[in-house]
Amino acid sequence: MPSPRRLFRLLPSVLVLLATVALLLVGCGGDGEEAADASGGATTGGGSESAEPVTLSVGLFGTFGYEEAGLYDEYMELNPHVTIEETSIEFEQDYYQALQTHLAGGAGLSDIQGIEVARIAEVTQTQADKWVDLNEFGAEDLADTFFPWKWEAGRTADGATLGLGTDTGPQAICYRTDLFEQAGLPTDRDELSALWEDWDDFIESGKQYMANAPANSAFIDSASGLYNAIIGQSEMQYYDEEGEPIYDSNPVVKDAYDIAVEAIQANLTAKLEQFDQAWNQAFANGAFATIACPAWMIGYIKGQAGDAGAGKWDVASIPGDGGNWGGSYLAIPAASENHEEAYKLIQWLTAPEQQIKMWTNGQHFPSSSVAAADGSVAAATDDYFSGAPIGEIFKESADDLPIAHLGPKDGVVKDTISQALNRVDQQGEDPQASWDQAMEEIANAIE
Amino acid sequence: MRLKAQMAATDQAGSLVAEAPGPRPRSAWRTRLTKLDSKASPYLYISPFFLLFAGFGLFPLAYTAWISLHSVSLQNVDDRTWVGLDNYSRLIHDDQFWNAVLNTLTIGLISTVPQLLIALGLAHLLHCKLRGSTFFRVSMLMPYATSVAAATIVFAMLFGRDFGLINWFLGLFGVDNIDWENGKWSSQIAISTIVTWRWTGYNALIYLAAMQAIPKDLYEAAEVDGASRWQQLRHVTIPGIKPTIVFTVIISTIGATQLFGEPLLFGGAGGYRGGADHQYQTLGLLLYEQGWFNFQLGRAAATAWTMFLIIMLAVAVNALLAARGRSVFAVGRRRRPV
Repeated sequence: MPSPRRLFRLLPSVLVLLATVALLLVGCGGDGEEAADASGGATTGGGSESAEPVTLSVGLFGTFGYEEAGLYDEYMELNPHVTIEETSIEFEQDYYQALQTHLAGGAGLSDIQGIEVARIAEVTQTQADKWVDLNEFGAEDLADTFFPWKWEAGRTADGATLGLGTDTGPQAICYRTDLFEQAGLPTDRDELSALWEDWDDFIESGKQYMANAPANSAFIDSASGLYNAIIGQSEMQYYDEEGEPIYDSNPVVKDAYDIAVEAIQANLTAKLEQFDQAWNQAFANGAFATIACPAWMIGYIKGQAGDAGAGKWDVASIPGDGGNWGGSYLAIPAASENHEEAYKLIQWLTAPEQQIKMWTNGQHFPSSSVAAADGSVAAATDDYFSGAPIGEIFKESADDLPIAHLGPKDGVVKDTISQALNRVDQQGEDPQASWDQAMEEIANAIE
Repeated sequence: MRLKAQMAATDQAGSLVAEAPGPRPRSAWRTRLTKLDSKASPYLYISPFFLLFAGFGLFPLAYTAWISLHSVSLQNVDDRTWVGLDNYSRLIHDDQFWNAVLNTLTIGLISTVPQLLIALGLAHLLHCKLRGSTFFRVSMLMPYATSVAAATIVFAMLFGRDFGLINWFLGLFGVDNIDWENGKWSSQIAISTIVTWRWTGYNALIYLAAMQAIPKDLYEAAEVDGASRWQQLRHVTIPGIKPTIVFTVIISTIGATQLFGEPLLFGGAGGYRGGADHQYQTLGLLLYEQGWFNFQLGRAAATAWTMFLIIMLAVAVNALLAARGRSVFAVGRRRRPV
């Protein structure tokens, strides 16, 4: 038997050993419980979950606005057994690459994931096996309630429906009436809509504005915003009907780029990068007088410019033909454990009644043709924007929408050309050299 | 004490087995076990670390090399096409890669050299008897304790073009607003400032610890010889902490080659590109852009392995210079009377 002194010296080591064993038990025991829960969830996932409490996770980006409009609370009241948890990432690029990483790993996915229109083609064309075919739950019956082009983009070539459309982005121009007045431009929206027949007229107005501009103020926020607005008006953008990339040969793309360059060279832009911190701050600071305004930008402006901006903004029709920028889909990853409950939620969220609420509450223009035809949508006005009839303006723009051919790498092409314009705008690079560099980078990235 | 215990155990064992007169020789089996124990136990004790390293360090290293020989997309990780060394040759012919190498080098130099010099100076100042020296030492280490993300986001706002605090301050001296993010050198200086702010205190404390190990009589002897404080720094302090300086240079080099968090978050929305013209895109960012925004994992893996080889090269050069430096120092020591 070792002496008491020896025992005493062994005491610390024994204590450490006991602590380690205890920690391991707690740690491993905890994991065991979680694993049991997960497998339990999986077995009930496929069958009917009539009153079993379920938590649905929703992964979104930017500002979908469901939380702000109170739709989650409403759904949870109607379905007490459901709890909804939303995670929202600000930048869509960060969101999409996180989504792809989770899909590759098969874990970390939410029950419902948002997909932007610039990415939906990639999802439907290359990843159909990783997403739930919503036709399993009777999604085909909803086809007539959506705009046909919106519905089609969410389907694969085999006819599976992967996403239900949330909103669309019909375009207009949002402008500051007070800055226009100071620069001596007309402030009446009908007058401006008539004045801005095409983009050359718009640039002309811009030059007039800059001739008498208030201090520290530019005509338009960014060259890339202008570029995106013009591209959104075209049927053929970066891919043709067969799905072949045409970004380098399509004259529409180069023309849009050239118009943006013209705006840069006439010093019309505030030299900002969209969705950057500095751009957010610029709304409140009057650094720009106009901005290409898809419907969802209305809510964004209110959020950034705050109460101080109320009544100083207005909305006019966009030069050219309407056009679309943005809009998303809600989809269910195959790895989710709650397919049926998730489907019920996304069906409810994208139903015409809810889309009407999203319009009146947050200015997200419906992608549902039924909702868009509703009287309350067309009749909507907005006091923040000097009582502008935004319902009419955006409905007119939406009716004019070309059905754009989407391709898998639309997002990459769009971002790279936007950066090319930033180089010309903010770094003073030669436009042709910047364009050539962009073409090289796109080729490098997508092949 | 161990020997006694062993002998006592042997005696006990011996008494249980066949009775034999006189002291019993230790069995060959026990001897072999003891020898094995003293040779093998050290390896067993350190094996947990190496097992984990093999699983989470070596295997990913080898697997990345394997992936770099294929064309793989993030969206379909299982669908791999063999391309051999094509990813590497594309990398070598890619202007964006060389741009990233150059940026990594310049940002590395701008962030490392002033940082280590300032750290040396700070350590020298703190080495003297100062009032409240503990306060200074703790406050110097605080930047190191902040999160990279939080610090970089705050600095990015400070370096803002229109509403940043730094431009406001420079404006007081009549300097026009500098577009920090969009210039090549301005963006690299801004990022280097963030890195320097974080690591200077850390390195200063390491130098300080090394300085305190230099025997005081060397300083006294130098003072007797008539050396000024500056000469003492050059001829006593710096040679005395040479190994520490080599250590910090190697660690800083490795860190500079891997620089990722600061440039990514400095750029905000498009940070992974390293600016509109890739003006501050480091190798780490290039890897991230290729793998997670262009979804080309094979090419990202090739970039990762190229970074690894560059780091190995840099460390080898460092070690070579340090070794030569040491031999020069030795020669110098022999020549100068101390």
